Order: sequence, then C-alpha cells, then structure tokens
Amino acid sequence: MKYIDEFRDPALARKVIARIHATAERRATVRPIRLMEFCGGHTHAISRFGLRELLAPAVELRSGPGCPVCVTAAADLDRAIALADVSGVILATFGDMVRVPGSRHQTLQAAAARGADVRIVYSPLDALDIARQHPQQEVVFLGVGFETTAPGIAAALLQAEADDVPNFSLLSLHKLTPPAMRAILDAGEVALDGIIGPGHVSAVTGSEAWEFLPHEYAMPCAVSGFEPLDILSAIDALVQAVVAGEPAVINTYARGVRPEGNPVAQQLLAQVFAVGPADWRGFGAIPDSGLALRETFVHRDAVLRFPIDVTPAPEPPGCRCGDVLRGVIAPPECGLFRRVCSPRNPIGPCMVSAEGACAAYFQYEV
Amino acid sequence: MQDQILLAHGSGGVLSHELVRDVFARHFSNPFLDDLGDAALVGELPPGRLALTTDSYVVQPLFFPGGDIGKLAVCGTVNDLAMAGARPLYLTAGFILEEGLPLETLEHVVASMAETAREAGVLIVAGDTKVVEHGAADGLFINTAGVGVVPPGVDLSPAYLRSGDALLINGPVGDHGLAVMLQREGLAFQSTLQSDVAPLHGLIAALLDAVPGQVRCMRDATRGGLATVLNEWVLPPSIPPEGGEDGVPEGYVAGYTPIPPKGGEVSPGGQKAPPISPPLGGTKGGKIGIQIAETAIPVREAVRAACEFLGLDPLYAANEGKVVIAVAAEAAEAALSTLRAHPLGREAALIGRVTAEHTGRVVLRTPYGARRILPMLTGAQLPRIC
Repeated sequence: MKYIDEFRDPALARKVIARIHATAERRATVRPIRLMEFCGGHTHAISRFGLRELLAPAVELRSGPGCPVCVTAAADLDRAIALADVSGVILATFGDMVRVPGSRHQTLQAAAARGADVRIVYSPLDALDIARQHPQQEVVFLGVGFETTAPGIAAALLQAEADDVPNFSLLSLHKLTPPAMRAILDAGEVALDGIIGPGHVSAVTGSEAWEFLPHEYAMPCAVSGFEPLDILSAIDALVQAVVAGEPAVINTYARGVRPEGNPVAQQLLAQVFAVGPADWRGFGAIPDSGLALRETFVHRDAVLRFPIDVTPAPEPPGCRCGDVLRGVIAPPECGLFRRVCSPRNPIGPCMVSAEGACAAYFQYEV
Repeated sequence: MQDQILLAHGSGGVLSHELVRDVFARHFSNPFLDDLGDAALVGELPPGRLALTTDSYVVQPLFFPGGDIGKLAVCGTVNDLAMAGARPLYLTAGFILEEGLPLETLEHVVASMAETAREAGVLIVAGDTKVVEHGAADGLFINTAGVGVVPPGVDLSPAYLRSGDALLINGPVGDHGLAVMLQREGLAFQSTLQSDVAPLHGLIAALLDAVPGQVRCMRDATRGGLATVLNEWVLPPSIPPEGGEDGVPEGYVAGYTPIPPKGGEVSPGGQKAPPISPPLGGTKGGKIGIQIAETAIPVREAVRAACEFLGLDPLYAANEGKVVIAVAAEAAEAALSTLRAHPLGREAALIGRVTAEHTGRVVLRTPYGARRILPMLTGAQLPRIC
C-alpha cells in the first residue's frame, strides 16, 4: 500500500530503534527517558506494533489523557443516559460511548435495552438526517471529542441552522487538549522528559499549539503520526532533544500537520463554540478546557432544552482510570486490571474505548 | 407461474407444489430426492464414523463477487464436515423465503446450490420451504445440514495439539469478509476482490492421504477469521466455543478469566484480588500457546488496503475457503507441498507453531521483531457475512 508501507518498513524501523538506543546511552543518568504519548491512538499503535518492548530499557512510554471517551466525566455520562431516557428523544452517538460506564454501572447500552432510543452514527451528519426523518422527535447528538472531532460537529450544527432542522440539538462535552497537558505538568505527579504530541488534534490546532511546552516547562514535544515509523521518528527526535538538553516543538508529522493548523476548522470552532471550564474524568474541572455552544446557538444546547439535575458521581471503587489518564500509573499497576476489569467486563472507560490505554495493554501486551 | 414469492407458496397447496417441482426438484434432481417422500432413504453408508453438521446462512447481499448465498450454503456445510476429516455425502436444504422475493432470485440461488453440490460431489436429498410475511426475513435465508463419513484411521481434534506442531493455512486471508463488506450499500469501493468461497474437502482428502496420521486438527476460518480459530485452539476445551453473544466464550478474552463483580459492586479490596492463573490449554497432554509470524500470513494487497480504510484487521475477517491446519512438525514440509499442488492451496503458507510458552494465548511476532497478543475479538467485526 503506497503511502502506508513506507511508514511501516521493518528495516528502516530497526535502524531508527538502534539510533534511539545509541542516543539514549549518551545520557549521563541511567534512568529510562520517560515520554508521554498524549493520544490514545498512539497508545494503541505502540501496543499493537509492539514498540514498547523494542524501546526498553532506554525509553519508557507512558499513556496520557488523549482518549475523549475516557475523560468524559461520569456525571456527564449520567446526563446523557438521562437524556436518552426522556420520552421522544433520540440520542445519537459515536459507537464507543454506548458501553462506557457512568456512575452505578449505568451505560447507554443498558438504557437502549430498556427502551431508550439510542442510535450509533458514524458522522454527526447522519444524526442530522435522523432528525430530518423524525420531525416529531428530538434528536440529541452526544458531542464527545477533542479539537479533531469538534469541527465536524460544528459543521453539522451550522447545516442544521441553514436547513432549518429545529429538532436537532447537541450535548457538547468537547474538550481541548493543551489545558489537560498543562494540568498534568502543573500537578507534577509523574516525572516526564518529553511529550509525543497528538497528530490528528495538531492537524487542526497546528503544531504551534504546543510551543508552551518548551517555553514554559522546558519540555520537548514531537507531534507524531500513527504509523510505526511516525512514532519511532517522534521518539527519536525527542530522545535527541532530551540528551542535547534542547527542548523544542518538533513536527515529525509534516504530511498531516502545519505549524498554523487548519484555519477553516479553527474558524468553525470559533463560530459555534466558546471556550469554558470542563469536567474531566480523573482531573476534575480544568479551566478553559471545554467547548460550550455560543449564545447564538442556545436553542440547540441540549443542556438548556432538557434541564436534568445530575449529581456528581463517585468513581467505581478500585478503578484507577483517573490515575491512568493522568499518566501516574501504567494500566497493569491497577489492581483491577485483567483480574476484574476486562473488555468483556469493563469497570472503567479506559478498558472500553478503542483509544483507552487499559484496552490497549489488555489486548496486545504480552 | 408467479414472478414473485407469495405467502401461498408456503401454504402446502398448488403453488407450494409447483415451487418444489419447478425450482427445487428440477435443479437438485437425484434418485433420493426425486421420490419427494417425507424422508430421504439413502441406504448404506461407507465404513467409518458418521459426521453430522448444520449451519444457517443469512449473508447480505445475497449475491457478492465470487459467489452467492446458495454457493455459500453448500460450501459452508461441506467444509464443516471436511474439517472433521469426513467425506461429505448428503445435504439437506431448508429455505425461509420472504414474501415478495423475486422468483428469479430464488432460481439463481437454487441453480448455484445445485451446481456447487455437483462440483463438490454431494447430493441434496431433502428440503423444506417456508414463506414469511414481507419484513419478517431479509429476502432469503438458507439452512443446510450435512452428513458425511470419517474414514477409519482418521481422528482429528484440538486435543491432539502439542508443542512444536506446525500451523498451515491454504492461502490469503480475509477475501470473503472484505468482498462482501465492499459490496454492501454505502461502501462505494471499486475492487476486483472476490470471495474465496469453495468446497475444501478435495484439498483435505489429498492432505490426509499425503501425511496419514500426522494432521492434528483443522478449522475453517469463517466468522472471526484466522485469529479466532487460533484463540479457540488455545482456550480451555470445557468452554463451549460459541458461548458468548458474539461467538466468544463468555468471560474469556485473550486467554484470561475475569472475575465478574458480585452483586453489581466491586469490592474496594479488589486491588488485593489474587492473580488469575492462565487457563488450561486445549490439549490432552497439557497447556499450549500459539506463536505466529505476521509476515508469514498471506494477505492480498486489496484486502490489506480495504481493511486499512475501514479500520478492520484481515486476521479477523471472514473466509469461506480457508482452512487452518495443525500438523506434526516433521510432516510440515510434505503437508505444505501437498497443499500447494492443489488449486485451492497454491498460496499455502506455514504461519506459526504450537508452543509450550505463553499458554492460553496466541502471540504474534510483528515485522519489527516485537511480540504482541493476538486477542479474541470482543465485538462483532462484520455482521452477516455468512
């Protein structure tokens, strides 16, 4: 496959791995260089291609909060489940969300089984079509995702305005990634040497969005794609920056990411959403990390259209998804991992989502 | 005759009679069927153990590149018999027809079944037809049951797997699943990909003749693909292989047994829960694992590319003409050359080994030299592909 095989070339990969080990050896301390991959997509690629084993002991990779499903607060999920239970409401969602446990083991899947109308869509435009086909019902789209997903949802909302589809609204749980990265570094719970920056998020925000890492935290950041050689190149660049003591933002995903990002997507976001605080699972409230609908779109805000009281929800006892999301522990350090918690019986969201770190370790790591 | 199926075609009256006479009996004609009695009397069977199987076919679309539901309904059941080492002899065919199905569609499917049965050397000796209201079925469903005989001296079972055994496959994986998937509405892919649907008993008979007593077991890698077959071989034999909602034994994923929380609560002391010991392997002789090499598994370029687009994994994609064979290490070369000499095995490959390590798990060696688990599928990858 052209444009994919080049980024999976085993011979080239072995060369880059050898160079990473050689560079790391020049470092004065013997401690492994610990890098955080922000993005859950990277975690899955690392596990799936077996990169962790090949980089040890020179480099240790720690998963970050980059799984939108995982960082959705349990109380927000409770609200979505309560919305699905409202008579006349069709709740449209991406598939990952239906199995994620809210508080008290509630899921959208269980709500659907007892009669709620929950529909899995692949695009917010499909949800808009459902609204057109069912004018007597209210379609609520469950908006979960980072900067990558939100522009598409903004576009669907504008389409609903243009086509005058009144029965389409949004529960916006969208989140912004740089504030979460700041929260991790400010908390200082995990010692990190560098950050593997999220590729798809950066395609929208631009690699410049990560300049605060070298400037304010002296932390190198390499924006990476998702093929093995993309990730290895990013790690190679980070290890060189760490050893040289020269933190910078390095864009190793130039075929997808520009320094300034995607201005069209950014403009869509600014037109539809306003930045505000958001609750993150594992973090609590993070200022300026959420996307709420602007005042001009309040008539499409599901929170206002369907007022529902949701009480803050406790995490399931023993579940350490919060610690996994903040990078404080790796999934096998959780006492429930593999023993109680599995993809068949997930206790926390990190075991459910296709981007969840626990699911990646469970499925692939020997 | 009418040009579409009516409820009256299933009523047992004149239309039913015409349908049986003009469609089913005409295409399937053979001495055992032509009597149209309540049961087919096939007489004496050759010596050996009797093998019985049944399978239902609900593939959507009914016609796909390389085959159709009729060909699939014959091959699938013939292959199930062949996997047990049986020589397939007779099939039965049950049809559930949706009111409004064009008669021409039914004729095409029945003709295809008849042709496939002729090629495979099996007779369709009994049948049944039911018609359900429009909307109560999706066009046409078929059930086939099969009877075969396992010749004396042939005895295959995953219980005979042992460390060192070689694992072979007769060609590239994923063709059927992707050919069907790409044909589906809404996936406007241009592709020359064809389903691999084919009766495998000829290939199997040649193999069993070439390396007598050396083949441990075989499975056709249908739903769930190659990865699922290998996982079923390393899982404990006491668990029914289709116990879970999606064909995964309840509670078993990648060879681990999660303890379900009791009474809907997880005890805070869960962190102190004792580690679960790996499950027993699927063998009489003890525990086994499986190791395969990713680079050794044949996958067509078109399948790889389509999987990449759709976010699927070819190792989990369905096949209808692929068999995974475990054979004693010393017979691996002979088995491989026998497979390659047959038209349905030209691209056969040695893909891995049974191991005494990492018991209960299938481990894949990646092209980078790293190892990773090849897990059991936890959700449905492609619904209604067979």
